[in-house]
Amino acid sequence: MEWLSEFGAIAAMQGFNGLSVFCVLLLMALGLAIIFGQMGVINMAHGEFLTIGAYTTFVVSSLTEQYAPAFGPYYFFFAIVLSFLIAGAIGWLVEWAMISKLYQRPLDTLLATWGLSLVMQQTFRSIFGAREVSATLPEWLMGSWNPTETIDIPRNGLFVMGLTILLTAIIFLMLYRSRWGLQVRATMQNRVMSRAVGINTKRVDRMTFALGCGVAGVAGAAFTTIGSTGPTAGSLYIVDTFLVVVFGGAASLFGTIASAFSIAQAQSIMEFFMSGSMAKVLTLSAVILILMMRPQGLFSIKVRK
Amino acid sequence: MFQIDNLVSGYGQSQILHELNLDVAKKEIVAVMGRNGMGKTTLFKSLMGVLPQWGGQISVDGRDISRLETHQRVEAGIAYVPQGRMIFPSMTVLENIQTGLPASAKGKVPDDLYALFPVLQEMRHRKGGNLSGGQQQQLAIARALATNPKVLLLDEPTEGIQPSIIKDIARTLKEIRNLRDLTIIVSEQVLSFTMEIADRFLVIEKGKFVIEEARDRVDEATISRYLSV
Repeated sequence: MEWLSEFGAIAAMQGFNGLSVFCVLLLMALGLAIIFGQMGVINMAHGEFLTIGAYTTFVVSSLTEQYAPAFGPYYFFFAIVLSFLIAGAIGWLVEWAMISKLYQRPLDTLLATWGLSLVMQQTFRSIFGAREVSATLPEWLMGSWNPTETIDIPRNGLFVMGLTILLTAIIFLMLYRSRWGLQVRATMQNRVMSRAVGINTKRVDRMTFALGCGVAGVAGAAFTTIGSTGPTAGSLYIVDTFLVVVFGGAASLFGTIASAFSIAQAQSIMEFFMSGSMAKVLTLSAVILILMMRPQGLFSIKVRK
Repeated sequence: MFQIDNLVSGYGQSQILHELNLDVAKKEIVAVMGRNGMGKTTLFKSLMGVLPQWGGQISVDGRDISRLETHQRVEAGIAYVPQGRMIFPSMTVLENIQTGLPASAKGKVPDDLYALFPVLQEMRHRKGGNLSGGQQQQLAIARALATNPKVLLLDEPTEGIQPSIIKDIARTLKEIRNLRDLTIIVSEQVLSFTMEIADRFLVIEKGKFVIEEARDRVDEATISRYLSV
């Protein structure tokens, strides 16, 4: 019977590992699901907004350590809020200065935001240096939780999971229960008509883009609990993130969740039996095959055209 | 109440509307008749500010709105039901109407709106895109009315809709006019529909109003001549 309980423990930990990857993917994809999924803007600099959040957390952490060590256990919540505000404010500026001029030209947006991402990476490098940095984690985020002797679940993973659930719920409520969400969805479907029913689409676009960037900032703050931050930390994730959003079906938040879940679980289950890169190749091939059969993604809304 | 002075507009280099003038009284229903390509939709789009206005002045209740952006014009009291209806297909009927409501309504659809279109209340949780053409037309009108307009612009409301519903729509429009003291400007190619509702007839030809006639003096044959190809 011993091997059975051991197998159970491994299955539980591996399952949790898959859930962790799922949360990370979803956290990154949420901001993009708003910007790319709802607005149709291909934002190649999305990863950099994540990096902004991570560096913000790092700065808050160092300042706390230096000036207010007593504040240490709690700084993280403050850092999350600040990451959201800073990434959101920079997103607001970027929309105003660049994206708003390019709504009629999606391919140019791709190039322009890619350029922006290079500029931002170099800015990070000039300010924080090329070496990776990491925030000092508060005590309560370190170590792990042991429901039984053999099961070992890391606390930071649990924290990221909680944050993901909270953020997803907030975005759901905002998109489907608030006036802003109504206006975003209307603008996405028909910009001209939305103006003609009295929606200030320029303001909606700016708010939406800023919110998406702010969410990326929160994701960045969460990442500091898992890994260290370098100037290119965000850009490593951008391809995966686009994949999740496209696979899920661009305009569907449910689709984004389902696709993040299936990609993460497939990845982490296969990783247990084979090498990491092989698992990735298989996952991506499966995604491509499914997209060939369902180009509109997993979930799409069916209406008469 | 609703005034257009020397309105000029067009696409790119080509001028479509040539110094149009129109003065519509409160509660009046004006029909703008004309064949395809004569400038009806261009007129409506430039009134809404969807197309850039080259020159001239538009005013509602004495307030000049020609410099305003589209959403500000809606606030000033113009509502628009475009050709092809343009409802939001993947949103529910209720959400479609809510897009037009001002923030002060807090998302609650006024009862009198549902009373005008009972079918919309019945179907409020369906996706707008799954409604029939006639129902979509009613939805588009309800959405426009939700903005609480003084002037309602309807661009070819009978296009692709079955005759029995056309009659319904005509009746509803007259009802709304009386209920809300609404001014209505409707563009059409179907004379029978406008004969039923309009107080005044205009014929637009190559971006100019060529005939203007009050209802009791209107000669159907003359207008028909302009509509036949």
